[in-house]
Amino acid sequence: MEAMGWGRYPKTTADVIQPADSQALQKFISSQRKAASCIGRGSGRSYGDSALSEQLVSSRFLDSFLELDEQQKTLRCGAGVKLGDILKICIPRGLFLPVLPGTKAVSVGGAIAADVHGKNHHLDGSFCAHVKSINLVLASGELVTCSEQKNAELFRATCGGMGLTGIIVDASLSLDSIPSSYIDQRSLVANNLAECFDHIADNAGSKYSVAWLDCLANGENLGRSVLYLGEHAASKNRKTDTLYRERSGLGVPFSTPSFLLNKTTMSVFNAGYFGVQKRKKSSANLGCDSYFFPLDSISNWNRLYGSNGFLQYQFVIPSDGALEGITSVLEKVSEKGKGSFLTVLKKFGEANENLLSFPQSGYTLTLDFKNEPALFPLLEELDQIVLAHDGRLYLAKDARMSEQVFKASYPNWERFMAIKSKYDPSNRFASLQSNRLGLTQ
Amino acid sequence: MKVLIIGATSAIAKASARIYAELGCSLHLIARREDQVELLSSDLLVRGASKVSHSVLDLNKFAEHKKALSAAFTELGGVDIALICHGSLPDQDKVEKNFKQALKEINTNGISVVSLLTELAPKFIEQQQGTIAVITSVAGDRGRQPNFVYGAAKSLVSTYLQGLRGKLLEHNVHIVDIRPGLVDSPMTAQFPKGPLWSSPEQVAQKIVKSIRLGSHTVYAPGYWRVIMLVVSAIPDFVFKRLKF
Repeated sequence: MEAMGWGRYPKTTADVIQPADSQALQKFISSQRKAASCIGRGSGRSYGDSALSEQLVSSRFLDSFLELDEQQKTLRCGAGVKLGDILKICIPRGLFLPVLPGTKAVSVGGAIAADVHGKNHHLDGSFCAHVKSINLVLASGELVTCSEQKNAELFRATCGGMGLTGIIVDASLSLDSIPSSYIDQRSLVANNLAECFDHIADNAGSKYSVAWLDCLANGENLGRSVLYLGEHAASKNRKTDTLYRERSGLGVPFSTPSFLLNKTTMSVFNAGYFGVQKRKKSSANLGCDSYFFPLDSISNWNRLYGSNGFLQYQFVIPSDGALEGITSVLEKVSEKGKGSFLTVLKKFGEANENLLSFPQSGYTLTLDFKNEPALFPLLEELDQIVLAHDGRLYLAKDARMSEQVFKASYPNWERFMAIKSKYDPSNRFASLQSNRLGLTQ
Repeated sequence: MKVLIIGATSAIAKASARIYAELGCSLHLIARREDQVELLSSDLLVRGASKVSHSVLDLNKFAEHKKALSAAFTELGGVDIALICHGSLPDQDKVEKNFKQALKEINTNGISVVSLLTELAPKFIEQQQGTIAVITSVAGDRGRQPNFVYGAAKSLVSTYLQGLRGKLLEHNVHIVDIRPGLVDSPMTAQFPKGPLWSSPEQVAQKIVKSIRLGSHTVYAPGYWRVIMLVVSAIPDFVFKRLKF
């Protein structure tokens, strides 16, 4: 069948295997050792080609909760469980996931493979910092457990390892306590990028912090933005505080013509949004879905970019060169007459020890672009700006980075390869991305 | 609510059990594979079931039905909803040529349900309340070339249910016949999927809703009622030439 990532680019044909349980998965892996390459696939929320291969091993039926220990605040569940399902059972018990990416549709297996981050990375690190142990099926068909204590090198390669070490079956996660499921949000308006950086620095202790940027503003307005800070609201009424109201909203039933997203509509949207936010009350109390997953309320929003899809471009640049680097990127984008519908800026905390994890201390900017031929040369120019500032790109969003750019910006790739060849010498696990980046070919 | 689920580890049963667990029901599960039913039990407890018990049983051993069902009623202290979900999808070519295999499939998909219903009916009559819901199939509406052995077994059950529904009416016991269309589950893993396929979760929501509303014959999703109406209306001299 036709398969693609969330960005709907690139597209490929693949066989989908949906093992009913871990035994069926082991049987599949060990029975076809010399067959086509395969890669684990959860909700299909990585944007590019990280979860595309000849065979896709779906975690769809590995979606059971195994154990919830409310005292120890740990949860063990299958790789196919979605973060939204976890919130549904945790929030009524006053528990919460310590790290949430921008969508709750992500599976636990995918969150580990991409070592996803949230709006609190500067305080709490990435998703895998809260993963206690992982059970995965290796290329040999063997089911092994890895953690910081046990098979530590396999653990460091699997966390953020884009599924290249094996297929994750289940994992044990640490949870946090929360006083209520609501978020007190404060928003600060910044008229340019430097001001936004100042706001972020002044509020470094804030639990959640993320900025929306008007990417089409230039000149002295370049980087005008709204910084959203969030804290878990204090408990007012125990009964209603832990109610989880899932937002269900609109959907996009088919791909809309891509010409609807052009520079004019985007600058109207961006300028309008900025204008509204500037006048709006600066503090609000939001349900956790509205705060963490605003885009989830429009299901299949990825179809808005038309049938050719879109590319998301997320990079991180260390703090020292960040203001300069991000300014150059925004100038370059505006010079080429391209725009991003949604542009997001966030400050990361320290990097972890996982070999291919994306976050490192500095600032990360996310832009999205409609897929068109003229885009690719621009992104290559952006790559050079990012590299010149010692930055790197996020693998979960990448669909086109070159092998050279990858190897120059992920210094641990050779250590990763050494572990990969120990556990999967014949590259049973490979994606279109890993082939492109020279990790499996 | 006290819910008994038979064939509990099938994809549709699992999805239905999860909805009942989230509603805080007590559940008793009957399934063939011990490891899978244990996995499901812990899953349902985390999701909010107030109590989960289970027994392991190969449903083709009819003689053991009575004991297993009595145990379920004792464990739950009565049953509000019994949901029968087990089944298997045979390879038509094989079963058509091998009576032993055909018999096994008809036993699994048809006769075993009759045996269960024979044991369940008096227990529900004694309670004077409750709902028995059985998953049959759109395949039972008309015998089509690619799966008429499976279809025959399912239509046996549907016909049985139509009569039983009337018998149990005066005892305040309700019968729901659920006929799913094409469901994307491990049972149908080998088929290519198209737009007419639905997920076990969609079917489960329909099951729970139709049990709550007291529906009689339910197609899941609903558009299968229209499709099967058309399929049933095709005259035999045309239908016999159709290979679908």
